[in-house]
Amino acid sequence: MTGLPAFLVRRFLQAVLVLLVLAAVLYAVFYIAPGDAARLACGPKCSTAQVAQIRGQMGLDDPVYLQFWHFLQGIVTGHTYSTGTGSLHCPAPCLGQSYRTGELVTHLIAEKLPATASLALGAMVLWLVIGVGTGLLSALRRGGITERLLTGFTLVGVATPVFITGILLLLVFCSWLQWLPYPSYVSLTDDPQQWAWNLLLPWLALALVEAAKYARLTRSSMLETLAEDHIRTFRAYGVGEGAVVRRHALRGALTPVIALSALDLGTMFGGALLTETLFGIPGLGQQLVQSVQLKDLPVVVGIVLVMGLAVVLANAVADVLYALADRRVVLA
Amino acid sequence: MPPAPPSGARQIWRRLRGRPAALTGGVVIVLLVLIAAGAPLLAAIEGQDTTSYHPGLVDSASGGVPLGHFGGISGSHWLGVEPGTGRDLFARLVYGARVSLGVAIGATILQVLIGVAFGLAAGLGSRWVDSLLSRVTDVFVVMPALILAIALLAVVPGSFPRPVLLTLVLGFLAWGGFAKIVRAQVLTQKSLDYVAASRLAGSSPWRTARRELLPALVAPVLTYAAITLPTNIVSEAGLSFLGIGVTPPTPSWGQMLSSATTWYQADSSYVLLPAVLLFVTVLAFTVFADGIRTALDPRAASRLRVGTRAGRRGAGTADSAATPADAASGIPGPADPRGGGAA
Repeated sequence: MTGLPAFLVRRFLQAVLVLLVLAAVLYAVFYIAPGDAARLACGPKCSTAQVAQIRGQMGLDDPVYLQFWHFLQGIVTGHTYSTGTGSLHCPAPCLGQSYRTGELVTHLIAEKLPATASLALGAMVLWLVIGVGTGLLSALRRGGITERLLTGFTLVGVATPVFITGILLLLVFCSWLQWLPYPSYVSLTDDPQQWAWNLLLPWLALALVEAAKYARLTRSSMLETLAEDHIRTFRAYGVGEGAVVRRHALRGALTPVIALSALDLGTMFGGALLTETLFGIPGLGQQLVQSVQLKDLPVVVGIVLVMGLAVVLANAVADVLYALADRRVVLA
Repeated sequence: MPPAPPSGARQIWRRLRGRPAALTGGVVIVLLVLIAAGAPLLAAIEGQDTTSYHPGLVDSASGGVPLGHFGGISGSHWLGVEPGTGRDLFARLVYGARVSLGVAIGATILQVLIGVAFGLAAGLGSRWVDSLLSRVTDVFVVMPALILAIALLAVVPGSFPRPVLLTLVLGFLAWGGFAKIVRAQVLTQKSLDYVAASRLAGSSPWRTARRELLPALVAPVLTYAAITLPTNIVSEAGLSFLGIGVTPPTPSWGQMLSSATTWYQADSSYVLLPAVLLFVTVLAFTVFADGIRTALDPRAASRLRVGTRAGRRGAGTADSAATPADAASGIPGPADPRGGGAA
């Protein structure tokens, strides 16, 4: 495939451009915003002289474009901060340090990533099982009650925001039935069983909403594949219906599903803001919302860049998956 | 050459009439708009307002749970009162409808205006203009709009009216889809004979755009707007739910849900009211948008007569084709009005 490398390069450049614009816009927005980062970092009890010293250390007296340039430099070469008494080295993909806690943004992101990944991966397994299952079922048993049920399920799922599904799940399973404890995140390495138990509701909330989309996609894609000529040929040769579906139709039908999963997983890796906030999962999304409210610019920019990167990468992966599975797609 | 899009409200109405689900959605939407428009009247009939505290109606010993059954429902407080403050829930819900629908409709109108302007300019402009505008559009399509919205909302001072701010932020961030659709449509139409004839007859490009192209844009733009509107409702609710959108004392359904999350264990009716309303609203708009799409799609319309199954299949296929690009954007896709990236 000669087009692929060129496509990847173009895709990469586009991704870099989008991320740069994003970072620049955020920088501009927060620079215009009222509020002095040095005072934020120093705390309310600082004297004016101390604040001024911190401003100097943080480079806040530089013009904004210079600050932005230093930030970009830090990503490529790393950065060494002076902390007054000593110095703090921030290695190569340096995204700066938090105004509030002084923690390196890259450390903070690495710290929050496991929770976000746990939520995203678990939810994806569930939504694929539920979504693809119902989608296939209704494609293979057309008409009648299954199809109508699926139409209803899809509509309701598509129309329900995740925070409503989540609140209802909490209400039913924790308040009324009291089958589950109110979720509080436990890390996988601490206690796998508690990890899964506490993530069950967040997984379900996300998965139910996503599954509707996947059911619809699987169904239409399966029906489309089954109507294609080569499937008709297989049938004409006397291949049994089960074998036709399993051996021949499934692969073609699931291609868009897999591509879409790649996309959604990328989006989720960027942090499911609402789900994490609702269920109190200490992931990237929750951190972003908190940092935005605290005007902690380096953390906000860092997390947004990681989120953007995840989305853009997933986007490219999905395109490539599509192209590999279906030669008719032209990469552009 | 695709058949001309159906013209006239009457034709759309005739096609919508055959779809009871879409009609039901339409009726619900009309009711909601009436409720939102008549909020002051409704609250006046009840005799309450959105901001008055009623400390006597909540149990201060338990931290502020409303006294009485089902969140304190009574003759003077039709849907009960808010835990903690005792503010009237009926008044807050009907006034909240104003904010929720107002922001969504306003944002959609902004998105349409910006998107159509960009799409027209890109489609009609020179190759250089087109590629510049298309790049700008691409950035806005791929940009995680909700995340940027959060950052913007956080830095604007609290004195700026939040509903207006939300409208502006959503409107200015998520117009990329409209621009893409309009550009594609303009490029298709531009190559058609009737547009060329108009140009040959001596019309200026501007006149051609206005007289020949704009009418052809109505159907796709209207369809996409109908799909986008529930997305905007959910975006507003989501941002307010995160505590970054509409903040108390101004009510919106998302804001009410947000404050309800701390109360759902003690007072479940407070959570259920805005949740159910939001759900019903988004469902109504989604079903109606689906109806509009079928009614305005010349291909689907002819299938309608043959049987609903073929029509539905057509719709499903259109989705699968549209989803990858849309889902990638981090902006909620058209068939996915839940706040995509922010789920």
